[in-house]
Amino acid sequence: MRLIRELGDWFEKRLQVAGPIRETMEHPVPRQTASWAYVFGSAALTVLGLQVVTGILLALLYVPSAGEAWSSLQIFNNEVTLGWFIRALHGWGSNFMVAIVLIHMVQVFLFGAYKFPRELTWLVGVLLLLLTLGMAFTGQVLRFDQDAYWGLGIGASIASRVPVIGPWIVNLLLGGPIIGGPTLSRFFALHVFVIPGALLAFAGLHLLLVLKLGINEWPMPGRIVRRATYMKEYHELTHKDGIPFVPGAVAKDLFFSGVILLLIAACALHFGPFGPGGQPDPSIIQTAPRPDYFFLWIYAVLSLLPPAMETPVLLIGPVIALAVLFALPFVSGEGEKSWKRRPIAVLSILLVAVALGTFTHLAGDAPWSPVMDAWSGDPIPAKYLRGRTPLERQGALVFQAKQCHNCHRLGGAGGERGPALDQVAVELTQDQLIRQVIQGGGNMPAYGNNLNPAETTALVAFLETLHAAGQAPAVDASRAGR
Amino acid sequence: MSPEKRDVSRRGILMKMGFLLNVAAGLILAVPVVGYLLSPVLRQRRAGAGSWLTLGPVAQFPEGQTRLATFRHPHANPSDGETANIPCWVRHAQAGKFQVFAINCAHLGCPVRWFPQSGLFMCPCHGGVYYSDGSRASGPPERGLFEYPYKVEQDDLTIQVGEMPTPGAPLAALINISGKTPCA
Repeated sequence: MRLIRELGDWFEKRLQVAGPIRETMEHPVPRQTASWAYVFGSAALTVLGLQVVTGILLALLYVPSAGEAWSSLQIFNNEVTLGWFIRALHGWGSNFMVAIVLIHMVQVFLFGAYKFPRELTWLVGVLLLLLTLGMAFTGQVLRFDQDAYWGLGIGASIASRVPVIGPWIVNLLLGGPIIGGPTLSRFFALHVFVIPGALLAFAGLHLLLVLKLGINEWPMPGRIVRRATYMKEYHELTHKDGIPFVPGAVAKDLFFSGVILLLIAACALHFGPFGPGGQPDPSIIQTAPRPDYFFLWIYAVLSLLPPAMETPVLLIGPVIALAVLFALPFVSGEGEKSWKRRPIAVLSILLVAVALGTFTHLAGDAPWSPVMDAWSGDPIPAKYLRGRTPLERQGALVFQAKQCHNCHRLGGAGGERGPALDQVAVELTQDQLIRQVIQGGGNMPAYGNNLNPAETTALVAFLETLHAAGQAPAVDASRAGR
Repeated sequence: MSPEKRDVSRRGILMKMGFLLNVAAGLILAVPVVGYLLSPVLRQRRAGAGSWLTLGPVAQFPEGQTRLATFRHPHANPSDGETANIPCWVRHAQAGKFQVFAINCAHLGCPVRWFPQSGLFMCPCHGGVYYSDGSRASGPPERGLFEYPYKVEQDDLTIQVGEMPTPGAPLAALINISGKTPCA
């Protein structure tokens, strides 16, 4: 014990940091901030630490070469002792980090913590969110599988739409004419050097600002932030009714960080690592690329926007979103902090959450994607074939053979790109069916060139049988009664 | 002028010179750094739209059919591995008339699949659909499939290959940069 103290003294004589450290640890914070609502920032920092450590461990074996990255991931998963667990920790750590950063941001927004004098803390926080998402995207690329390959293609296609300089941005992004070795190398450099460097620097700045300006006090309805008086009020609050950060407020932070680490470990243990999926070989085209969880909502938005809106929304949308986030502390830098008196703030959060949640949920089913193997894999239910005429059965065959099933559901199976056809005979008359099949329209291709008259007749005859037992098929009024 | 004052101003001049010297050194170093970073762009422009390569004898692509062909990209790096094996769809419409489509959907670049029974290309990502001649049928794409320029030389089907086509840089635009016509 005495040896440790002497060693400590030896270092302290040279470093002289004990004073500042103690001062920092014991700086007074408002009593009510020792709350479970204030634990997300420190948890994000803890997970960042985990990501740095597991990231370095992965770098020991990962080969950032387009020709070898995928096989090096297989070595992690199958050959190296516990390599799969380190990959799983890093992958789940990434998901937790994005989630915690988002929760932290929502909490800070609802508690009005971005208001004077913490505008810069908020701005740096927005940068940290972008960097975290940047890590998530570049990390998804380093898991160099089919999804990563085609995800890069999607990124390039989006970037190419920037007016004038779009194609150059694509070249810079890919490092060459195609997705290949230089592409993976530059994403490796971004994921391992550039973005983490910026992330650590800005996280340090963020933390420094929190220490300099103090933790945001618990918002009380009616306690108004005014630039002229706030600093004095906060000083009084912390010095009259404050507690030292250590041990007063830090206990819950510590506990929560520990819980998060254990949760990440549990997820890693139970669910294992993410992928890699199929080999990043573009000549294997039997694939349906999907982005990682936190980018699913973008996938949904890109599918649901009207085509003409897409490029403007893709290019202008992020600019507006960033402008709003950056402008927020300057537009509403004063006033009420409590969410109880900021209904628009609460509604905005709800709106964004519901929108993101809905898009993410939709992207899970991806109803806009054709089910590429429904025509060969999902049979027509037997009840739609029983007691039908040969012509109608021939039509059912046409329905399958011409891939109609890829976009149209029948008996609960098949694509959802177009409407389900279980009741189509009630909705469209014979003439309308023929017109729709031959001319297409309403987002359906025209089949006029690919169906001969006999096939069309058979297909329409089959479609006309699709109605509920007690319901009569639709009939053209001019033919009614014949 | 007193000696001290002269001393101070000499130090001041050195300070300014030192500052300017570092700015100059920074600028001189920045030029090659920027040049290096921009090399993918500069190299692209120099190399133009790329080179002609053969997809194999015409006999491999029977008339009236659309088949998948794969080529090794002419600018492939040793580190590219399988990623430089680029697929494309070859349609032999009628005697000697071909169309060679890029695999990438004109919406966001996912790989389109050909369904000969219905004569459609379908994209698994956002549901873009194209007719057999590559024109847009339905879904989010704003245009038809990208087409490689081709020519038939000594019974071999050759195509002109450059950058990966994207909505902002379709193949036709890339070819024009090189100043070559498809059937030169």
